[in-house]
Amino acid sequence: MSQIAASMAGNVWKVLVNPGDQVEVEQDVVILESMKMEIPIASEFSGTVKEVKVNEGDFVNEGDILVELE
Amino acid sequence: MFSKILIANRGEIAARIMRTCMSLGVRTVGIYSDADAKALHVQLADEAYWVGGSRVAESYLNMERIIEIAKQTGAEAIHPGYGLLSENAAFAKRCEAEGIVFIGPASGVIAQMGSKIESRKAMEAAGVPVVPGIAHPLSDVEEAVEVADRFGYPVMLKASAGGGGIGMQVVRDEAELRKAYAGNQKRAADFFGDGAMYLEKFIENPHHIEIQVLADSFGNTLFLWERECSIQRRHQKVVEEAPSPFLNSELRIKMGQTAVQAARSIGYRNAGTIEFLVDDQHNFYFLEMNTRLQVEHPVTEEITGLDLVEWQLRIANGERLPFRQEEVSLDGHAIEVRIYAEDPKTFFPSPGTVQKLVFPEGPGVRNETGVNEQSVVTPFYDPMIAKLVVKGSDRQDAVKRLQAALDTYQVEGIKTNLPMLRDVAQHPVFQAGHTTTDFVAKYLQGKS
Repeated sequence: MSQIAASMAGNVWKVLVNPGDQVEVEQDVVILESMKMEIPIASEFSGTVKEVKVNEGDFVNEGDILVELE
Repeated sequence: MFSKILIANRGEIAARIMRTCMSLGVRTVGIYSDADAKALHVQLADEAYWVGGSRVAESYLNMERIIEIAKQTGAEAIHPGYGLLSENAAFAKRCEAEGIVFIGPASGVIAQMGSKIESRKAMEAAGVPVVPGIAHPLSDVEEAVEVADRFGYPVMLKASAGGGGIGMQVVRDEAELRKAYAGNQKRAADFFGDGAMYLEKFIENPHHIEIQVLADSFGNTLFLWERECSIQRRHQKVVEEAPSPFLNSELRIKMGQTAVQAARSIGYRNAGTIEFLVDDQHNFYFLEMNTRLQVEHPVTEEITGLDLVEWQLRIANGERLPFRQEEVSLDGHAIEVRIYAEDPKTFFPSPGTVQKLVFPEGPGVRNETGVNEQSVVTPFYDPMIAKLVVKGSDRQDAVKRLQAALDTYQVEGIKTNLPMLRDVAQHPVFQAGHTTTDFVAKYLQGKS
């Protein structure tokens, strides 16, 4: 199982994947918003989305898990 | 003069406005969010009130709560600063309806200039040159190709709903355009839920030069020279200076007069800025009008000797501008750099606690700040934490002061763009005054 984590603190602006989606390496899965900047978070792995751990509007800290793949 | 005003903003600009209020004997009402309870602007305000949660939508954009505080505290006017509610026509209108003076232009003018399409129309009608573009969204890729042929390549493809660079792309030929159209439209539709695309002529490596105007309620409209803001990253300004090393006095006057003509044509009142793109042939094109105080207003203050916030207050209070265009001085040279809490290489934000903060000092050095030591820089707001402004007798003198000031500037605990600013200040192209908007990408990216 692979986990995609937030690279910095911020708000979850958009969740771009749903459970069951196929994800490729470097595909954006979540867009965070921090200090007025939109920061796309890309997957370092390929796989199927098992669980999306956050909702749009959530506040996350650096290192928090956003999406789990299997 | 007003006896008390509310400052509907935070950070360095709230602190900056409060300082002028203090010198004028105007009492200040500050507002703050959860995250800003201990912020510098709260300490500086004569009285300060909580407006809501940390996110701007819950606090600094909470119009009803802000109006309520203004009424409860007896504030006669609201200064919106920049960003946040400063260009929100609905907020200005609410103030007008409540009998609170909004320190800025009339709400109708804010709405007009806030619309890309309406502002273009108004400027074209006023005889101000605009970048060739289209007034309606493209219907399909064939129309995009046809329009691009008419304007000539390169062209800029823009998503209507885009802001931070997503959905914007420069294309240089038809094949590129066809590919970019499909890709950007899909991204815009996915990200913003709106796939409407626009196209305009792309001005190659332009200078970004803007004119400061000041207009009272009696038909007096003046220009306070220009600011050169070509050094940008992610389409955001990093270094600004006045006067522009690129303009000669003839073009300077011509652009100033054009800006006054533009402001007059829309019945503009208070301080405002007209942004132009200037190509290497000295052609200039209207980009947008900012109907508020700008971040970089201090460089104009340094060369004119005017306090722009003071004049904003005086105009809003119904005073008449007591000087004429010929009396607006242009003395020396001023440069401002923005200190951002961000990684100097990737430009990604860097929230955290400011552990150490040492400002440069000396003649011709001015610091504007929203933080002090132990301030927490949160992810909720703009990454700009401070501005450094230097003034010299001429550009060379100002550049020297900038280099020396940046050398002694110290921020610890968070990453800042100071290394990048030092690179800019030492760069021969900057020292020669030949910077265009591609400067950072061309000379600094992958460096620092």
